[in-house]
Amino acid sequence: MSMIEFHDVNKYYGKFHALKNINLTVERGEVVSIIGPSGSGKSTLLRTINGLEHISSGQLLVDNFDLADAKTDMNKIRKNVGMVFQHFNLYANKTIMENITLGPIRVLKVSKAEAEERANKLLGLVGLQDQANKLPSMLSGGQKQRIAIARALAMKPKAILFDEPTSALDPEMIGDVLDVMKKVADQGMTMIVVTHEMGFAKEVGDRLVFMADGEIREESNHPKEFFQNPQDPRAKEFLSKIIHAD
Amino acid sequence: MISILTNNWSSLMEGVKYTIESSLIALIGSLILGVIFAMLEISPNKTVHIIGRTYVEIFRNIPLLVVAMFFYIVMPQFIPGLDGFTAGTIGLTIYTSAFIAETVRAGIESVDVGQMEAARSNGMTYLQSMRFIVLPQAIKIVVPPLGNQFVNLVKNSSVLAFLAGFDLMYQGNLIASTTFKTTDTYLAVGLLYLIMTMPLSYLMRYLEKRWSKNPQA
Ligand SMILES: Nc1ncnc2c1ncn2[C@@H]1O[C@H](COP(=O)(O)OP(=O)(O)OP(=O)(O)O)[C@@H](O)[C@H]1O
Ligand SMILES: [Mg+2]
Repeated sequence: MSMIEFHDVNKYYGKFHALKNINLTVERGEVVSIIGPSGSGKSTLLRTINGLEHISSGQLLVDNFDLADAKTDMNKIRKNVGMVFQHFNLYANKTIMENITLGPIRVLKVSKAEAEERANKLLGLVGLQDQANKLPSMLSGGQKQRIAIARALAMKPKAILFDEPTSALDPEMIGDVLDVMKKVADQGMTMIVVTHEMGFAKEVGDRLVFMADGEIREESNHPKEFFQNPQDPRAKEFLSKIIHAD
Repeated sequence: MISILTNNWSSLMEGVKYTIESSLIALIGSLILGVIFAMLEISPNKTVHIIGRTYVEIFRNIPLLVVAMFFYIVMPQFIPGLDGFTAGTIGLTIYTSAFIAETVRAGIESVDVGQMEAARSNGMTYLQSMRFIVLPQAIKIVVPPLGNQFVNLVKNSSVLAFLAGFDLMYQGNLIASTTFKTTDTYLAVGLLYLIMTMPLSYLMRYLEKRWSKNPQA
């Protein structure tokens, strides 16, 4: 079974039609990049997957659970679907170690010792072993985001959603975060990544989704080809702007 | 004034004892009720929200004396033997809890929504996210205004005097009416209130400073 399936999903904010007839399937282990202009509904799409936003109509299956079904326990889905935010959202009142271990201890009911042992391994993976006892406010943006990824991984999720994970970072820190994301992708994690990093979408992404005005305008199984030869006029326009901006 | 203090020392101390006792009970009670009603107010559930909102609006907008009198006059019909001290303390608790609920609600709302979203995305339930992430941060924001509420609480406990609550104000009234030294008596009473409230003000200021330096403490 696929990890995530959208079938004719619509989402309204009041009268505003934010997602229009979305059909999208994400297989297990796939890395899907979502690109598109500001306000096109990328964040909204991502946030429906872990129920931070409710869909208005259609069917959305995540790990075989129907999100529109009132009987579905959203906590169970969120346990299996991690999220990394543009502005990190590390727990400001907790140390780095606690940021990583809180979920496993409270949600997965893992012992503190076990959670910390695993957290130390993850801190190694993201290259921040020596930061465990600091508070988030003492870390740089790039460090915070790597901790946020470690926090998501600590739950041993089946998928991780990334919402512009590098957009709030200074240019020299973006590389470190992308490296960690690439490592996670190489381990076979299912990832949906809203990004402006075309390099990541090209090199790491298995698939690419282009959105505009709440719609999926183009989908490609060969991101490199998409960047060379986009079909949709809005995609052409979007890419030409980005290339000019570089 | 010295003679008022020395001659009536034991009854004044009796008053101080009742004032402190009532204030402490009301402090703990109103903090618990205040947090509960703040949580109801911010609930995404409409009905729950309205219940919280109604409670807060009612008790915030009725004079404390009326609330206290209600418990003193009306409640004994249902709970026989309810004395002035208990009735007054209940009234004080409920009245104060409405203000604390407002303060705590504002504190919770000032915590970045990203904190709640991250906690929910981490698999925690709404209540776990509140308990481990949002409330601890809100409490720190809320300490200075809460400190003011607690100082007000001690002062407001003088409402017990109207209900034969044996508090400091009640003892003061008694002394004034028997000695006729009204000026000296109320000066002494005022001084004793100051001695109770000033350390509280300073404690709150200290906590505020400490927490702003170390957000985890
Ligand atoms: N809570 C909300 N209430 C009302 N409208 C909203 C809400 N959230 C988003 N929108 C609107 O929905 C549209 C899509 O927003 P969304 O955040 O999904 O876009 P995006 O593609 O992520 O944009 P960006 O690149 O700027 O992050 C926008 O027009 C936005 O104003
Ligand atoms: Mg967005």
